[in-house]
Amino acid sequence: MLANRPVYDEEHALLRDSVRRFAAANIAPRFQEWEKAGIIDRALWPAAGAAGLLCPQVPEASGGIGGDFRHNAVVIEELAYSGFAGPATDFSVHSDVCCGYLLRYGTEEQKRTWLPRMVAGEAVCAIAMTEPGTGSDLQGIRTRAVREGDEYVISGQKTFISNGQMCDLVIAVVRTNPDGGSRGMSLILVETDHPGFRHGRNLDKLGHLSSDTSELFFDQVRVPVGNLLGCEGGAMAALMSELPQERLTIALHSIASAQKAFDITKAYVLERKAFGQAIGTFQNTRFKLADLKSDLQVGWAYVDQCLAQHIRGELTTYAASTAKLWTTEMHGRLVDQCLQFFGGYGFMREYEICRLFADARVLRIYGGTSEIMRELISRSL
Amino acid sequence: MIERTIFREEHELFRQTVRRFVEREIVPFHAKWEEDGIVPRELWLKAGAAGLLCCTVPEEYGGMGLDYLFDVVVFEELWRSGASGPGFLIHTDLVATYILSFGTEAQKRKWLPRMVSGEAIGSLGMTEPHAGSDLKAIRTRAMRDGDEFVINGQKVFISNGQLCDFVVLATKTDSQAGAKGVTLFIVESDRDGFKRGRNLEKLGMKAQDTSELFFDNVRIPAGNLLGKEGKGFAQMMTKLSQERLAQAIRSATVTETVIDWTLQYTSERSAFGQKLADFQNTQFKLAELRTKAAVARVFTDKCIALFMEGKLDPVDAAMAKMFTSELHCETVDECLQLFGGWGYMWEYPIARAYADARIVKIAGGSIEIMKTIIARQMYSQRGFDIQKNGSAG
Repeated sequence: MLANRPVYDEEHALLRDSVRRFAAANIAPRFQEWEKAGIIDRALWPAAGAAGLLCPQVPEASGGIGGDFRHNAVVIEELAYSGFAGPATDFSVHSDVCCGYLLRYGTEEQKRTWLPRMVAGEAVCAIAMTEPGTGSDLQGIRTRAVREGDEYVISGQKTFISNGQMCDLVIAVVRTNPDGGSRGMSLILVETDHPGFRHGRNLDKLGHLSSDTSELFFDQVRVPVGNLLGCEGGAMAALMSELPQERLTIALHSIASAQKAFDITKAYVLERKAFGQAIGTFQNTRFKLADLKSDLQVGWAYVDQCLAQHIRGELTTYAASTAKLWTTEMHGRLVDQCLQFFGGYGFMREYEICRLFADARVLRIYGGTSEIMRELISRSL
Repeated sequence: MIERTIFREEHELFRQTVRRFVEREIVPFHAKWEEDGIVPRELWLKAGAAGLLCCTVPEEYGGMGLDYLFDVVVFEELWRSGASGPGFLIHTDLVATYILSFGTEAQKRKWLPRMVSGEAIGSLGMTEPHAGSDLKAIRTRAMRDGDEFVINGQKVFISNGQLCDFVVLATKTDSQAGAKGVTLFIVESDRDGFKRGRNLEKLGMKAQDTSELFFDNVRIPAGNLLGKEGKGFAQMMTKLSQERLAQAIRSATVTETVIDWTLQYTSERSAFGQKLADFQNTQFKLAELRTKAAVARVFTDKCIALFMEGKLDPVDAAMAKMFTSELHCETVDECLQLFGGWGYMWEYPIARAYADARIVKIAGGSIEIMKTIIARQMYSQRGFDIQKNGSAG
């Protein structure tokens, strides 16, 4: 299902092949080790950069290959389909989310400093929104940036930050005006080698085990005012403009992972016997899988439509929210049903379906929960 | 809330004892045991000393001769604490029950007192790599050789697999006889040729030692036969209702517990200027779950009462197991969502409960098997026998 879709061109097919080869050669052999370690090897970043997997939408002038967002989409789909949710999310946050903010809101100097290194995988980027006391409700953030002369002094705490251990650069969502409500929030680039910045715990999670999802601490971290990304007080507007893209990436990740779970289940039920017949021949199995296949077909059509809209600059918040809500909810139902067909093996970590099940659960939460998606969609009514 | 009426004062007093034991001896160490993939043997001895193991075993075999509700209290308190590691349920509810029901006097005297004290840990070896729900397809062979049986084969997903001192093992003594060729044996884990395989890494229940077991020409005396040769399948069938009831007790209890955690969390956590509990979505989701939990509890308690009268129908037990295990999974999923990102963090009990839960629709009879049992009975009551093929079993 992944290949040969009308939304893609020939060049995307070439990239698809190389992402697939990259995953097989560079991720698969070490993946279990990274799942145990709770983090991928740093060397995977420059390797991915060299293979053209990172920030493919960056123009050639800034060191990229000058692709369009479909190149990003291909990388997401293939890494998610490969079953390597950790690296898929790590790269996506860096390439699709962080790079998106820099491309759109970065000054020439900021772009010159960071984009070539991000494309090469020399600099790993994270975005820090969530705090222990505030997730969906971004306006509740408390991390403060106080201007002192030519510097901002940042204090606060973030959590659930992807690439949190590995990152060299953090796009921090901070409050620059305590009274300014949503207009009092700004984006600031924080290099992680500044004094006062500290990587916190690499959090132990239900799934996405190889992703270094972490706490970050800012204790009087001083950065030059030139590190402001966009305008002061402009964070909320910037987030609103970029979040549809992030939601589309999660929808793509979700449906590609779901497709993988479906494909391995289809193979398993034909092979596994119970009561003298392949379990795939039971009517219950056939009907359940027929439902799931229908879900996938409909889902791909909608996601592709959103992707085409996004390339034309027409993806609405409503459409992106619908894509994220529907695919991640479908994904959740699908992995649960697929795991059931594996019986006891489904509960064993060594079976891929087990990992796909555990990995899936967070997609209904991060990048805006299903409840937030419903809020956004309801506003379009 | 419909009040629970099955327990008497003595059960509630015992519940306090069990709860203190769980809080003192289990909860503080459970995270460490999850990392270890196993609980320490000493826990079993402590649990035995505190009277938590095999409460129903008669005094003549070293037990307390209490009613089944005391076992229920132990299970409920363990599940309520979120401690899925200690494999007491398999030991008490299945293994000890098999020995009590089918064991010879010598077998009862040998094993039950040590099971009550926690010195001997029991496990049940049924599932094989190629036979899960379809139990009669097992391939582990037991061949008679004079006064001995020689056992060869392999088991998988065996709870207490690393800790066990003996296994109640399902074998084939006649490979041509289908279900009628199944025989149960007691196999001590120190027999030559018995080998424990890997302690399997699981989605949840991480502190429980679920393992492979291998039998390579394991010789046991004929006196280790449990029950009658060729009657193993029939013997197991008589105990399935009890096993399914125990699963229903687990699911009904975890469902209530997880709802309680979520009520607590949503009363404290703020977003958008109000508590999560103030959102209608939160209220309605939890109202739905609480209603289903109440139904599940009443049905389960009724099944417990029937079981104690010896009247629990296997179909009702299947319905209880199916309904509560589906609800259990639905509840952990809906509740985890209300915890947001924290719900995905292993340090939050809801994340563990979510991971632990997924096995309940599979183990102890998958929901597909439950549906088959229920459907077959409905039709047979109307004089129609559904075909074996075309349904799961």
